[in-house]
Amino acid sequence: MNLDELYQEVILDHYKHPRGAGLREPYEGESHQVNPTCGDEITLRVHVDGDKVADVSYENVGCSISKASASVLYELVSGATVDDALARLAEFTELMNSKGQGEGDEETLEDAVAFAGVSKYPMRVKCALLGWMAFKDALVRAEAASTSGRTDA
Amino acid sequence: MEAVTKLDVEAVRADFPILKRMIGDRQLAYLDSAATSQKPVQVVDAMRRFTDHSNANISRSVHTLGAEATEAYEGARARVAAFIGAPSADEVVFTKNSTEAINLLAYAFQNAALDPHADPRLRLAPGDEIVVTEMEHHANLIPWQQLAQRTGAVLKWIGITDHGRLDLESVPDVITERTKLVSFTHVANLLGTVNPTSQITARAREVGALVGLDASQSVPHIPVDVAGLGVDFIAFTGHKMLGPTGIGVLWAKADLLDAMPPFLTGGSMIKTVTMEKTTFADAPAKFEAGTPPIAEAVGLAAAVDYLDALGMENVRAHEKELAGYMLERLETVDGLAVIGPRVPIGRSATVSFTLEGVHPHDVGQVLDSEAVAVRVGHHCAKPTCDRFGVNATTRASAYVYNTHEEIDRLVDALGKVRKVFT
Repeated sequence: MNLDELYQEVILDHYKHPRGAGLREPYEGESHQVNPTCGDEITLRVHVDGDKVADVSYENVGCSISKASASVLYELVSGATVDDALARLAEFTELMNSKGQGEGDEETLEDAVAFAGVSKYPMRVKCALLGWMAFKDALVRAEAASTSGRTDA
Repeated sequence: MEAVTKLDVEAVRADFPILKRMIGDRQLAYLDSAATSQKPVQVVDAMRRFTDHSNANISRSVHTLGAEATEAYEGARARVAAFIGAPSADEVVFTKNSTEAINLLAYAFQNAALDPHADPRLRLAPGDEIVVTEMEHHANLIPWQQLAQRTGAVLKWIGITDHGRLDLESVPDVITERTKLVSFTHVANLLGTVNPTSQITARAREVGALVGLDASQSVPHIPVDVAGLGVDFIAFTGHKMLGPTGIGVLWAKADLLDAMPPFLTGGSMIKTVTMEKTTFADAPAKFEAGTPPIAEAVGLAAAVDYLDALGMENVRAHEKELAGYMLERLETVDGLAVIGPRVPIGRSATVSFTLEGVHPHDVGQVLDSEAVAVRVGHHCAKPTCDRFGVNATTRASAYVYNTHEEIDRLVDALGKVRKVFT
């Protein structure tokens, strides 16, 4: 097994220096996700402003792959439009499910293409996706909150 | 005098083809037997011989194969009974695994709670107590949690000291006159602690509670004699003791089995059946509804033969030696902290540890790149993790086929982990 392929410099850098970490206000949606096989956890908040993901904030415990993945997620979707963020989510999920076949588009996925190697390790794909699952869930909650807010108004 | 191990490890290893497996360009160093053990050719051969030569359903047909299969299955039961010192083969119930064995017992209590004529030992009322420990595998925790929730009983537990031992001083307070059942782990799967049993069993007897052991991590590794232990039941599983998956054992005293309502019902557990009503067979058949794992029972008997030929005292001595060596070597690794007893006394060769600043998943991944197989995660013992303030650990566990050299490889590979992550 080629360790360098899995633990790319980019991944280790995000792991050691996570971007955007910590829970912040305001937020409309929050999600807590657990990986039951290893006990890794993430709490992630989404702040939506108009059609933009104004902020993604998170607190997590986990392995290098899951922590680096959350950091990369923050860089990719924070400040992006909701549509773009959902497109990145779809792209990253596809890359993780590619069983080592996908390379990822560096134009759109940026640092996240470093996770291509992870897709060869089925036991680690869940680690890489944990933060993204939390993002997806938090976004749904944020949208539900804003919809119900409008109904109430 | 030093205990001399009489195990010829090289001869043992020759019986396990999988140990020759290459992972990348390195030979496998398998240090994950607490999760599942490997199987010697003798076990696989016995199962194949049975399947190729005698396969049939049991206790039904009069043909030659049916008779041979029944004899093989019941012979396996007798073999297992003898291995654990059970007075009668009828006290051995075959299950799918330890988890099912414990659930079988828990559901006997739950079903008895609904039956006013059930044996009073099994009838839980609100406020009655079930006692476990804080170091249980989830298999010996969740069934009792569920039972407590459904009956109004109270689940209590014996805590863990900072050294990874049971807090035995609390036993008289935790086990009270209201306690109806005490079920505790014999050897802890995460901490590696070998629990002394006499104080707990004595207290259980004093208050009239049933008492038994999750023996999943003890029966494979140390001599276990149910009569000597003075317990009412034990549960263990085949695949951790050189046998196949798909078969486990509940041993319980005959009078307890007689009193227990069945768990699963259906074929082959009956005496007579009408459209209105069923009379159940005697134990163990009462608890073995449906076609049981027959080839697996044959494999388990072969595993027991194998362990007996090695001698369980020799197995224990070999693992004590490896436990001592593993603890000594692991202590030399920078930033490593053992979770559990740090001396090879009253402990198994299962050692959990954390490595400062590196998540166990990453440790396991780097070790795998050196062909060293360990388990990482919470080991189905989340409360134990919580007790020591960790989310997960790396766990190395040794068995009859492991060597000092493999432990050296583990320690060397941990050095590589440091290099990747600092």
